[in-house]
Amino acid sequence: MIVMSWFTQTLTSSIGKKLIMSLTGLFLISFLVIHATINAMIFYNDGGETFSHWGHFMGTNPIVRTLEIGLVLGFLFHIYDGLMLTKNNREARPVKYASRNANANSTWYSRSMGLLGTLILIFLVVHTSHFWIPNRANQFSTGEELDLYNMMLEIFQNPWVVLLYVAGCFSLFWHLLHGFKSAFQTLGLYHIKYNGLISFVGVAFSIVVPLLFALMPIAMYMGWVH
Amino acid sequence: MSEGNMRLTLKVWRQSNENTAGSFENYQLEGISPDMSFLEMFDVLNEQLVEAKQDPVAFDHDCREGICGMCSMHINGQPHGPLQGVTTCQLHMRSFKDGDTIVVEPWRAGSFPVIKDLVVDRDAFDRIISAGGFVSVNTGNAQDANNLPVPKEAADDAFAAAACIGCGACVAACKNASAMLFVSAKISQLALLPQGQVERKIRAEKMVAQMDAEGFGACSNTQACSAECPKGITFDNIARMNREYLGAKLSSTNV
Repeated sequence: MIVMSWFTQTLTSSIGKKLIMSLTGLFLISFLVIHATINAMIFYNDGGETFSHWGHFMGTNPIVRTLEIGLVLGFLFHIYDGLMLTKNNREARPVKYASRNANANSTWYSRSMGLLGTLILIFLVVHTSHFWIPNRANQFSTGEELDLYNMMLEIFQNPWVVLLYVAGCFSLFWHLLHGFKSAFQTLGLYHIKYNGLISFVGVAFSIVVPLLFALMPIAMYMGWVH
Repeated sequence: MSEGNMRLTLKVWRQSNENTAGSFENYQLEGISPDMSFLEMFDVLNEQLVEAKQDPVAFDHDCREGICGMCSMHINGQPHGPLQGVTTCQLHMRSFKDGDTIVVEPWRAGSFPVIKDLVVDRDAFDRIISAGGFVSVNTGNAQDANNLPVPKEAADDAFAAAACIGCGACVAACKNASAMLFVSAKISQLALLPQGQVERKIRAEKMVAQMDAEGFGACSNTQACSAECPKGITFDNIARMNREYLGAKLSSTNV
């Protein structure tokens, strides 16, 4: 038997696994704020000048590039831990109910975080293959950044790509709608003075961020941003 | 009791023991009174089965007053049936319509193996309590009532948590078969009172460790547990348990 230290024991307990989900989730939420803000610079509609200025900063600043390693690790931990939790949770009920009226006691999206997370992961594979991976690969091999703005304009001419991005944003909306509030509950931050605020900010965030993201491919496809 | 007038079709889970596979059996019932409790309706069914020299349906029950936590049926997809805030024994046939088909299953959780038919083994809950859900004191004469002052709010919160009857509806309702509402209520009722302070950290650590060892799932914060709880145990208890457990793990001297 492996003797575990109190630290690994904590992180591998049911509550510890949720702690990792919560902390990595909140970290990824903080990433979304930065990502949405900088990408929203395309709405200046100045031929991508402002967007490319900040994109250049994010792609070359040594502090941001170091934080990026943390971001990749944050994604990996969130995904791995989510898969482990889903596996354990399924094993906890080996025989399913024949009849289940789950809508009487909970929302469908709070019960579907694993499914919504998987849909977001599929979207992320496509999304990073479009922009992040080719850009970093090019930086690595030639030292030059790619023209991300014109790549966006080109890629978002395909209606299927636009649809996939909008579907990804819908998955993100439902995932955040439960995940934002849930992260605080897991940390034990359930308090009469702050519940209302957390709930309000959670709903507002879940609507505003995915809506901003969805508008980017739509605006470029429709030619509102060019 | 009023004249019986309901006809019902019951689809009941039958299983001989833990090691055999179970299946649903259909039963037709007539002359059921809307004033009967759900368990009384099962008594009628069992009388019929005994008269027909068949094996009656095994189900857990004890006080039939909604306070012991023994009854445990999953009725039409919900623990303790469709009525909020009651156990199965306090559910009456007036909550159903004439001609209804009612599906009755046992609690489904790996940690609650089926003993027979609708009876499940809930010893896992007892083992969690044994791990730390108590206060170690030398018994003797009761001390003066005002010896340990307890603020009214703390007493109320502790009492609300202590209302948990350990029926397992939270586990049955949870998509992950998680026992966190039960365990959090048992941790809370002692963490809120001065008597519980000495063993506060070790209690949280040991009870959560036992809960995990029993194979219950984790919490997805869907709040299905508190929605289905017949005693209205609130969801903030789980947040308190998370604070108690993580705080204990960070600061206790158990390495």
